[in-house]
Amino acid sequence: MTPAATSAPARRGAAEILSSPLLLGLAGSACFVLVLELLPRLGVVDSRFFPPFSEMFAALVDELGKERFWTALVATLRGWGLGLLIAGGAAVVVGIVLGSSQLLRDLTTSTIEFLRPIPSVALIPLAVLLYGTGMEATLLLVVYASFWQMLVQVLYGVQDVDPVALDTARSYRFGLRRRITSVLWPTALPFVMTGLRLAAAVALVLEVTGELIIGTPGLGNVLAAAQSAGAVPTVYAIVLVTGVLGVGVNLLARAVERRALRWHPSVRREVAV
Amino acid sequence: MSDPMALLRRLVVLLALPAVLFGVWWFASASSTSFFFPPLSEIVGTFGETWFEGRMTRDVLPSLGLLAAGYALALVVGVGLGVATGSSARLRAFLEPPLEFMRAIPPPVLVPVLILLAGPNDRMRVLVIATGCLWPILLNTIEGVRGIDPVLRDSAAAYRLGRLRTLRTLVLRGASPQIMTGARQALSIGLILLVISELFAATRGLGYATIQFQRSFAIPEMWSGIILLGLVGVALSLVFRAVEGVVLGWYHGQRESERKS
Repeated sequence: MTPAATSAPARRGAAEILSSPLLLGLAGSACFVLVLELLPRLGVVDSRFFPPFSEMFAALVDELGKERFWTALVATLRGWGLGLLIAGGAAVVVGIVLGSSQLLRDLTTSTIEFLRPIPSVALIPLAVLLYGTGMEATLLLVVYASFWQMLVQVLYGVQDVDPVALDTARSYRFGLRRRITSVLWPTALPFVMTGLRLAAAVALVLEVTGELIIGTPGLGNVLAAAQSAGAVPTVYAIVLVTGVLGVGVNLLARAVERRALRWHPSVRREVAV
Repeated sequence: MSDPMALLRRLVVLLALPAVLFGVWWFASASSTSFFFPPLSEIVGTFGETWFEGRMTRDVLPSLGLLAAGYALALVVGVGLGVATGSSARLRAFLEPPLEFMRAIPPPVLVPVLILLAGPNDRMRVLVIATGCLWPILLNTIEGVRGIDPVLRDSAAAYRLGRLRTLRTLVLRGASPQIMTGARQALSIGLILLVISELFAATRGLGYATIQFQRSFAIPEMWSGIILLGLVGVALSLVFRAVEGVVLGWYHGQRESERKS
């Protein structure tokens, strides 16, 4: 065999590895960091206002050593989790009650369609007035914003119930509770999980927003403090942290979804392939 | 449907609960002496003089202008980048991690950053709105372009449609249901960011005025601002639905006929 003939498949192998999504993704991340580093270094942006990545990272490491940072992180996560829990619980109960009756659904549609697009930040003045800078003020925003995301999905889910399955359950004289737990809930669960995923992201946004604007304890508040102190690298470090937090929330929500729906064909099919 | 009784019934069903809620609020607060929850009649009474005597042109319209500018910028950039990224599997894999990361950053956090970069002015506000609206539009466009039927792509190539025509009749058309989904999400995000951006270093605007009422304890005026913001949100979603009906008319029709067959 000539050397050219042996190297051709080897080269193709290397090209395949180079174009694998994982490697391309890693390269993309590396380039992203490189761009963040080079933009200020080359003077494309003013390094006073946009420090190189290495400085952001140093500020981040610095923050990680402070107790204040960790208490803020815990406060943010607590507000996020609590808000999501309240909104989710309320949305599931309200959604099942409204969704199980055509009349109730018709009566409430216009009101829901009206209340849903109201931007939650419109409530900031009211929240501040009622709760000052306490965590309840931010909680109000988080709950309001994530409630609608969940409710709409629960309503879709309950509507999706197979009427034959419901009639069957009725003719077997399933009680109301059995009907909800073994017919309604499994049908609605995929929708509930989609709602949970959307609401988890929205809740984080509103939690950080509340901290940033109202001054509730948390990462947003640390960011506001760094901004007013002129600690520019710290501002960017906290932005990076919120990004990591956002990615974490997305991954967590996906994992919860897969776990809760592992019996569902959509997830099982994915695993089989 | 043309039966007047059926129409009347639908109207009653549509308006019954809003009317009841409005009535409950109206009467429950009528004798309210609470400073924070003034009677609804007072809020409604102050609505006109608060917003229609000068503030409409000084605060509300400039705010809506900022929203429109940021939203349009996000649409152009998002659809443009999305079409480019969605068309190449390699580029997609390359850009996915950074894009996922940037999307995960809560947009309001970028306000302090953009104040640093662009200064506390209207340009910063437009950029805040644009950066927040960009991600849902961009990611949905990528998914939409990716999901275009490869047979249609091949047909377009076989008929030698040319780049521009392929883009117009196949790529943008085919991805438009997803693009509209992203655009709808972006609209509500944009409104939220408009209000937030006006809380920083602003001297006018809808969000600024409302928060200023709260700070000066002009409570009925504050409530009227909250209600106006709500009305703007509802109005924008109605306008969007009308636009969607026109842009996606073909799509809804297709779905309808598929369901029938």
